[in-house]
Amino acid sequence: MVHTPALTTPKRGVAAGLLPRLWVFAALLVLLGLGGLLGLWYGAVQIPAQEVLRALLGWQDNPIVTELRLPRVLGAILVGAALGLSGAAFQGLFRNPLADPYLMGSAAGAAFGVTLAVSLAGGLSGAFAQHAIFSFLPFSATWFGFLGAVGAVLVVLLLSGGAGRTHDLILAGVVVGSILVGLTSYLMLQGADRVRAVFAYTLGNLSFISWPGVGALAGYLLFTLPVFLLLGRTLNALTLGEETARSLGLPLEGLKLLLIGVCTLLTAAAVAQAGIIGFVGLVAPHMLRRLLGGDYRYLLPASALGGAVLLLWADLGARVLVAPAELPVGIVTTLLGGPFFLYLLWRERRRYG
Amino acid sequence: MARLPHSDGAAIPRGLAAHNLGFSYRHRRVLEGLGLHLEPGEWLALLGPNGSGKSTLLRLLAGLLRPTTGGVYLEGRPLGGCSSWLRGQQIAFLPQNGGYPEDLTVEEVVALGRIPHLGLLGREGRADWEAVEWAMQQTQVSGFRHRRLPTLSGGERQRVLLARALAARPRFLLLDEPTNHLDLHHQAEFLALVAGLRAQGLGILTVLHDPNLAARADRVAFLMEGRLLALGRPAEVLDQSLLQRVYGAGVRVHRVKDRPVVVLEE
Repeated sequence: MVHTPALTTPKRGVAAGLLPRLWVFAALLVLLGLGGLLGLWYGAVQIPAQEVLRALLGWQDNPIVTELRLPRVLGAILVGAALGLSGAAFQGLFRNPLADPYLMGSAAGAAFGVTLAVSLAGGLSGAFAQHAIFSFLPFSATWFGFLGAVGAVLVVLLLSGGAGRTHDLILAGVVVGSILVGLTSYLMLQGADRVRAVFAYTLGNLSFISWPGVGALAGYLLFTLPVFLLLGRTLNALTLGEETARSLGLPLEGLKLLLIGVCTLLTAAAVAQAGIIGFVGLVAPHMLRRLLGGDYRYLLPASALGGAVLLLWADLGARVLVAPAELPVGIVTTLLGGPFFLYLLWRERRRYG
Repeated sequence: MARLPHSDGAAIPRGLAAHNLGFSYRHRRVLEGLGLHLEPGEWLALLGPNGSGKSTLLRLLAGLLRPTTGGVYLEGRPLGGCSSWLRGQQIAFLPQNGGYPEDLTVEEVVALGRIPHLGLLGREGRADWEAVEWAMQQTQVSGFRHRRLPTLSGGERQRVLLARALAARPRFLLLDEPTNHLDLHHQAEFLALVAGLRAQGLGILTVLHDPNLAARADRVAFLMEGRLLALGRPAEVLDQSLLQRVYGAGVRVHRVKDRPVVVLEE
């Protein structure tokens, strides 16, 4: 065979996105930095920027900055990154741009776990601030959220007979999710007073995140990030269909289980710390796919950054919109994310007729 | 034809071979006692009515299904014993309705074909891009390398997916009804492209519905109820009495320039 080189060397690896990759990542980092600084500076108590800086550097003792705002900002970044990553990975696994990190029942499982813990422990005051809910439990309630999320996904995997058939996974996820929501509602009715706080938790709230929570989230992210390096190419191959992906030599069954495993850990950790925050894991990968193209080797890290940016700014919104009070951030992401997502769908429909 | 010795005394042909191949799904026999082989540089068309086991056979040969009895051999080695990466380097598979990515460019899609050589982590190197370039030239898709697949016509898209399969530089190419959903012109164009690939030493197996398209192949294998009914040159296999047995009495086979032409008469 004679190889005839092209007359002009074409540019290789040009992405299908609207913007060059470098721009997208740079913009995300700028937005992340800006949001972080605003999050540290803005609050019910006005603290001059200099003092914030001094507190961060440890020159000055200021618990509002170091014990409240800093863990909250870092928590928003880590939770957002976890949701963005899992959302992108699930959209790739299920080959469905409407998939979100909670598709396999982790959110419902976490809510059930926390509600059950609180119901069993009993006698919770309405005040939920600063982990009041956790103080009287033998373990922190986040553990129950985590176990609930992991348990729900395991049940879904059992019911669908493993990760082999993707449609069965979705179906089992929906069914298990509904049952757990029903059980959670029942528990809430039984102890309406006690579970008021749980209600605030299920709405999605970043104000409960403390340093141990930040540490746990960072640990899970660091632990799972190497796995996502393996998954980028796998998700790219899956866009051609499962059979083709297997024909390319990928050990798909193992990789799918690995993907579900790490996404479940991340989602469970995020939900346990911050409750059920909607739309971040759905919208962030979706937006970035348009800007960046569909190569998951770039889309996965970008979705992590994008989820972090979205949640960080949504949390700013939650603190600013009804100041001096604040909204659960889950309400903000849902109210902003819902219409935005509809807009995306509408625009896409117009584009493809 | 070179033959290799086999444990049960029978000889396993070179190339990609099925030997006494059987497959059952939930106690239902889909394929039974099937033997055929695909040689480098030949085009074999797999023909048969719906449910005759064509697609199952293709998946067994691609190593995507495990045989219930017998085996599939790649150059005399059991396919099940090969690593999945090696299998992917040697055998490329294009399913019928596999789907295609909407947010990748043509070039990015074709480059996915290099995965068997790259594994999970390897970066595309010079050799990989050369293979991608070669595959895009063979299928004439380099002209729209930076476009996304939803913006292409059905014929163009199918050529891109073929380029993806070719990019691995495989020795065998397995295509499941590749001309489905293509109009007459694009069917002919696509099959001319496939026929041209024989010159590159590729062994090509295509599942086809239409006997008249299968008549262009070097050999035709006719499958019926999981068994091989006939295997040979198109002029031998596309025989009126055989086709009438399968498709009914209305089938007539005419000869146009020594090529069989199958028509259905009222």
